[in-house]
Amino acid sequence: MSDVILRLQNLETHYGKIHALRGINLIVNEGQIVTILGSNGAGKSTALKTISGLVQASAGTVEFMGQDITKELPHNIVETGLIHVPEGRRIFRDLTVQENLDLGAYTLNDDVERRKRMHHVFDMFPILKERRKQDGGTLSGGEQQMLAIGRAMMVEPKLLLLDEPSMGLAPIIVQEIMKIIRTLNKEGTTILLVEQNAKMALKLADYGYVLETGELVMEGYGTELKEDESIVKAYLGA
Amino acid sequence: MSAENPKVMEKEIQKPLSPGRFTDMLYELLGNKRIRYSVYAALVITALVIPSFADNYVLEVFTNAYFYIILCLGLNIVVGYAGLLDLGYAAFFAVGAYTTGILTSQFGFNFWLTIPFSILFSVIAGVIIGGPTLRLRSDYLAIVTLGFGEITRIAARNLEITGGASGLIGIDRPMLFGMRLYQIHHFYFLFFVLVILAIFISHRLYNSRLGRAWEYIREDEDAAEAMGIDRVRYKLYAYVMGAVFGGVAGSFFAVKMTAISPQTFLFTQSAMILLAVVLGGMGKIQGVIVGALLLVFFPEIFRGIGDMRMLVFGIVLLIIMVFRPQGIWPTRRS
Repeated sequence: MSDVILRLQNLETHYGKIHALRGINLIVNEGQIVTILGSNGAGKSTALKTISGLVQASAGTVEFMGQDITKELPHNIVETGLIHVPEGRRIFRDLTVQENLDLGAYTLNDDVERRKRMHHVFDMFPILKERRKQDGGTLSGGEQQMLAIGRAMMVEPKLLLLDEPSMGLAPIIVQEIMKIIRTLNKEGTTILLVEQNAKMALKLADYGYVLETGELVMEGYGTELKEDESIVKAYLGA
Repeated sequence: MSAENPKVMEKEIQKPLSPGRFTDMLYELLGNKRIRYSVYAALVITALVIPSFADNYVLEVFTNAYFYIILCLGLNIVVGYAGLLDLGYAAFFAVGAYTTGILTSQFGFNFWLTIPFSILFSVIAGVIIGGPTLRLRSDYLAIVTLGFGEITRIAARNLEITGGASGLIGIDRPMLFGMRLYQIHHFYFLFFVLVILAIFISHRLYNSRLGRAWEYIREDEDAAEAMGIDRVRYKLYAYVMGAVFGGVAGSFFAVKMTAISPQTFLFTQSAMILLAVVLGGMGKIQGVIVGALLLVFFPEIFRGIGDMRMLVFGIVLLIIMVFRPQGIWPTRRS
């Protein structure tokens, strides 16, 4: 259970002169849900982008399943089983639901396997099956998030990076997304979840980190963090 | 939706025949496979019988139109399929034309043997310009390709091997099955075959894995990349493929004209090809063909009004762009 799947060591990222990540050390164990909390601009999304290779690290290392992937290109990282669902979902609005899912399996050349995975996605999200011929842009926010996660599932990821899946969704939809994340995790996908919605994230997470202006200021088991007063004050609005 | 409300339907039917309404009807009509193939067959037959009654002027215009269709289909791969803005497409057309011109007139090559070289040099040119620049986003890419187009033209004007400003003259006419191709109807059929070939390749590319990768990149580069598509590599493929279309078209252009000069490859040439693609409908083969035909036929039809025709052409373009921003025959109904 406690095999390390992802390890960040002194990871630093710059956007020009802006020092967005200032040396981050983080560990995700296989089978866990780990969350990174933090307010706007703390560097949460940057951390995910650096891990998935969309942004290049300026120092430090990213290690995924024992391999150093710091300098790898994003499409190579995808093939190792690390998938990033970017903030704002980034689905293809002008393509149908099915075409969107097909992209997820782009690296896959096996039609039978692709169909099998699509069935699996449709089992998990019946609403997507119903709308498979519709353009992505016509879906509601929650459905678009499901599509974004479904698209990532088509790759059968070992580690899924989720960037604010609850963004802009009604509380009842957030509940549903939470359920999906939990199911995915039970099926064996390790999840690194970035959230502003700390309440939701801590309900799910085994372990959590708190990021502030590019530095990790706190970490602990999900239940611990939930009880920590400063977290409660800063992020749970109590 | 309209079926629930008969009043709305009635209203729609009474709508005047605007270009949009017209293509919508066309879509419905061509949705039927039998009708679609009949229409295509009729068009092919028409194209084949035209030379039996048309005069040389008409054939010249048609051959020119076919030539532009090939160029436009090539640029369509870059602009329409992969969503890259290329303002220097004439450069590839120049590479092909000069390759054939130089090899036949100065090295005594057989025309048909120059085509592989044309393809080779187009690929090299495509990689040279595409390799370093395709990492750039659209606006920057447009500027670089614009510069590349001009560099190619100016280089052709100043090099000795390309014949300088006066260009190359006396390029040999090609032989085909022991027959020398020199009359306009020979070239008419030659270019017609090339058009069919270009349509076939475009169609196959569009429906291939490559075509899908281009579609994803065009729609959202970052999302495509996050899902495992190597955007630089696939963009380069599109760029090189477009370059090959341009190069081959240029080779045939050189032997048809027997003379080429840097004047043929001005920026306006690139702009016109791009215009036809955008006007017709980016990414849609039929649309691009309509755009190319319009580009060639319009100035010919309005030859009577002299210099005014470019003004009228401009106004027509503006009207189309205002009322039909996705092009005359776009990929999807919006």
